Amino acid sequence: MTAIFELLKGKGSEKQPVIVQGITGKFGTRHTKLMMEYGTNIAAGVTPGKGGQKFEDSVPIYETVKEAVHATGAKISIMFVPAKFFLGAAKEALEAGIKLLVAIPEHVPVQDAMKTIEIAEQKNAIVIGPNTPGVMIPGLIKIGIMPASPFKFGNTVVLSKSGTLLYEISNNLSNSGFGQCITIGVGGDPINGTRLVDAFDMVKDYPDLDGIVIVGEIGGDAEEVLAQKIIDENFKKPVVAYIAGRKAPKEKRMGHAGAIVMGNYGSAESKISMFSKANIPVAKRPIEVPILLARKMEKK
Amino acid sequence: MRLLEYQAKELFKEYKIKIPKSIASKDIEKGRADAKEIGYPFVIKAQVPVGGRGKAGGIQKCHNEDEFELKYPQILNMTIKGEKTRAILLEKMLEYEKEIYLSLFLNRSKRCYTIISSAEGGVEIESVKDQVIQEVGLGDVTEKVAEDVAKKIGLAKNSIPYFVDILQKLSKLTVEKEAELTEINPLVILKDGSMMALDGKLMTDDNSNFRHKELAKYQEKTELEKKAEESGFSLVELDGNIAVIGNGAGLVMSTLDMLTDNGGKAACFLDVGGTATTESVYEALTLISKMKNVKAVLVNLYGGIVKTTIVASAFLKAYDDKIIILPVFARLMGAESDKSKDMLKDSETQVSPSIEDAINKVVMEVNK
Repeated sequence: MTAIFELLKGKGSEKQPVIVQGITGKFGTRHTKLMMEYGTNIAAGVTPGKGGQKFEDSVPIYETVKEAVHATGAKISIMFVPAKFFLGAAKEALEAGIKLLVAIPEHVPVQDAMKTIEIAEQKNAIVIGPNTPGVMIPGLIKIGIMPASPFKFGNTVVLSKSGTLLYEISNNLSNSGFGQCITIGVGGDPINGTRLVDAFDMVKDYPDLDGIVIVGEIGGDAEEVLAQKIIDENFKKPVVAYIAGRKAPKEKRMGHAGAIVMGNYGSAESKISMFSKANIPVAKRPIEVPILLARKMEKK
Repeated sequence: MRLLEYQAKELFKEYKIKIPKSIASKDIEKGRADAKEIGYPFVIKAQVPVGGRGKAGGIQKCHNEDEFELKYPQILNMTIKGEKTRAILLEKMLEYEKEIYLSLFLNRSKRCYTIISSAEGGVEIESVKDQVIQEVGLGDVTEKVAEDVAKKIGLAKNSIPYFVDILQKLSKLTVEKEAELTEINPLVILKDGSMMALDGKLMTDDNSNFRHKELAKYQEKTELEKKAEESGFSLVELDGNIAVIGNGAGLVMSTLDMLTDNGGKAACFLDVGGTATTESVYEALTLISKMKNVKAVLVNLYGGIVKTTIVASAFLKAYDDKIIILPVFARLMGAESDKSKDMLKDSETQVSPSIEDAINKVVMEVNK
């Protein structure tokens, strides 16, 4: 079992404690409530200036991540801080001993993301995001802003650059009987704390794994690198993919900071052709994903 | 933000990277004055935020006034790969020995900056075989690394110090302005071995704009794009007649792909952000109403946390307020979708059970 599962599941029967940075903001409040409803053990919140108060009369709020970690023993933190303050807040969390940092904020500058990742590497911590919907093990723990309804527990994995496409495609999979043992949103930014290829490494040895779905989009070469890795490792379990942005104009940012084609770098053609080399079928529409996965499983 | 050539060159100048004498203008009056200032012969260069303008006729030599009067308006009115010419750069013609290539580029999967250089310049770098690639972490380039690259591309000894100097300046610019790409193609070698940037391309990190007020003057946004940004939306204007709205960049791209596959032409890409609310959808429709050429609207929303009835009430309000009179074809996924369908049944909005169905209907509508 790799680090991500250990961190999310914990060892005993106790649910893993999670800290929320920016728990009192509008967005943070809303999603903290939804995570608690889902059953995630929100053990503490952090909002500078509001230490000593309680969130929803139950969750203690601290001034610093260090205090929150000290009080709860949490190794996981989810961040709802404005992009401008991201680097400071991420640094604080990693230095306080957080080992899994789920970075929700969008619009984080590339340089700040790169600096955060540098610290995370020194501290041997995992950063998911920035600009991620989060990570979840359906039925067990939800650390993120995704709705609960699309996800069902099962033995497939969904790794996605996009948020709403992660929901859409997981929903299609769940409806076709393909539940998920974990879903990871890697984020739509140019620089990801956990790249598609890192996410693949985290899940590939999951014992009951039946198949992996990769939801990519134009921009960068994360899909190409992952396809090459799947070829190099001779990974045999079924993998299928979907790529958004085939018809997007070049040199335009399509909503996500990372969704931009420069020349051939980041083009859908390049990704689809690498997936084809790796024998990974690419769906033309989100609804086709479960069909391709079922076909791939039959062939095995 | 993607800077135009003349804007990139302004930054080059600020960082003391040598460029030929050049002046930018947006009308022929100013252009005539610039022509006198530069002196014939010079090159007329279309300023467009897209590559491949040379092949499209956007760069032309100009030897005299007659040629100028003919070519200036022609290039100013040009549209290259869907992009209108934003300005004209007149640039002194230069004699040089050789063209090479140099860029600093954010390698996303390696999460570091990369120097790419080649002894072959002036062509698209992807078609060049002998590229020297050197990773440089967060973008700082030491003298030694720069010298190394110079030697690897086989520069003559007298040119090496010039190359090292330019590469280090380019690195400083890249890091300080938080660029994802800075490219000089071609970088030309003059007779005395010194170098000049004949072209410049710069792509900055939009998410760092708040730290770079000095770059705000280069922001070329349409009124609609500005409005979209104020609402927290992402908008890309396109040249078709079906407005595409959705929540989440991936979902909207996916909708655009499927629409195009089915023969539809998108008028825009409008992402209202991951979470759709009554207000955001109402605002999106308001934006669309200001666009020309739109004949119908295609909406793809994955509700998730938000009830689709909340979104449906935004449509009703938009019709009530006469914000929008266009037919809307929507797919609303999420809680209470039956109820929202009921709410909209007497309006100009048709709710489809699937995005495929909504696309078929919207394409039929605009082809009526």
